[in-house]
Amino acid sequence: MDLEPSNSDIEDHKPVVALHDAVAVLGQFPALAGASLTVRRGEIVLLRGPNGAGKTTLLRLCAGLLPLVRGTGQILGLDLTTQRESVRRNVGLLGHQNGLYFDLTVGENVRFWGATVGATEAEIATAMERLGVADRLVDLPVRQLSAGQKRRTALACLVVRRAQLWLLDEPHAGLDASARDELDATLREAAGSGATIIVASHELERAGALSTRAVDVVAGQIYGEQS
Amino acid sequence: MSTWRIARLVAVKDLRIEAHSRVLINQVLPFAGVTMVIFAFALDADSVLERVAPGLVWLATMFSLLVLVQRSFAVETDDGALDAMRVAGLDPKAIYLGKAAALSVELLILEVVLLLTAVILYRQTIPLDGVVLLVLTLLTATCGLAAVGTLYGGLASGFKGRETLLPLLTLPAVAPVLIGATRAVESALGTAGAVVSDGWPWVGLLAVFAVAFGVGGSLAFGPLIDE
Repeated sequence: MDLEPSNSDIEDHKPVVALHDAVAVLGQFPALAGASLTVRRGEIVLLRGPNGAGKTTLLRLCAGLLPLVRGTGQILGLDLTTQRESVRRNVGLLGHQNGLYFDLTVGENVRFWGATVGATEAEIATAMERLGVADRLVDLPVRQLSAGQKRRTALACLVVRRAQLWLLDEPHAGLDASARDELDATLREAAGSGATIIVASHELERAGALSTRAVDVVAGQIYGEQS
Repeated sequence: MSTWRIARLVAVKDLRIEAHSRVLINQVLPFAGVTMVIFAFALDADSVLERVAPGLVWLATMFSLLVLVQRSFAVETDDGALDAMRVAGLDPKAIYLGKAAALSVELLILEVVLLLTAVILYRQTIPLDGVVLLVLTLLTATCGLAAVGTLYGGLASGFKGRETLLPLLTLPAVAPVLIGATRAVESALGTAGAVVSDGWPWVGLLAVFAVAFGVGGSLAFGPLIDE
């Protein structure tokens, strides 16, 4: 199985993310104030900005977790106002936590997420192999894994549930140098296979080298793009 | 994927976590057993113990329910798995029903052990003509407890003071189950001259309670955990 989502229903020429003048609110606070962003298939886009700038809010909006208060937004061709549940099913958001069950093994975690979308045993095995969590790790409880192994297990879960857009919030946090290298290689391979990735990170040097494009998020707005 | 299929996946996943961690066997059952023994010390007179045994069984069940519910949602929040399920667009009704089903299985095991403990410690006998009433009481009360516990467990899981909030929310809500199940078990066991026919209206009450909270909980669970 490719890391590329197998059920892609978006045409190549259409943007994967198309936000125009998007406003999202956290409580009473407009955390995103008129943001516009276009991301095409296969891109790795870096979101740069200080704490509280709106990077995480932007990711959560793209994941369909926050309502679009004003403006327009389409994710994978799905409307962010009327089709948020469908957006969620096709997007993978990996935040500061991995969303894993510590008492289950690596294999059981990946199988659980695979089963939610009807993935075959072959698809599950291939996803684990590609992410390097097969073989000796597959029967280990997640609580015994290193931070990097947990991250790769979480990415295997994203792959197996066929997420077409990966939204990663500080994906390098807590990883040692070799785990970061492994993660970057995995993300490049996924993007090379057609997955679209948006990364919010403070580690500008590393994330900058990984990304194909960078945008600045400041005070809830997106300023400029840099190839 | 259908609600029932996702619910089954969630239930199997929860029971698998229990099979690995053995919290029910190693912690909850001993806790419930100690509670029963302490009741026996506190109510030393045999006649009193025999009279109040059904109520003590359900009180011990209520206390153990809190431990089970805390555990059920701790595994979801330890690494953000509940959020991950919502991000993945899994039907909240299915998550609710699956978690309630797994909790029901664990509660049933607990209740059977507690009843056997009551037979030994409190000198209870189970007459043959009360067996059907007893079994139906266990089933309906268990469904009601699981429905309430899962609903409030999900609600409390989003708050910092969840350990104290859960008992505050749950215990008043399950009071009707405590009353109905105690009366029905008294009838099934013939406690203090009660007859089997007295127990059926209470089983009806338990069934109505379970259905009401099951339906209400499955509808309310999504908005509650999203908040």
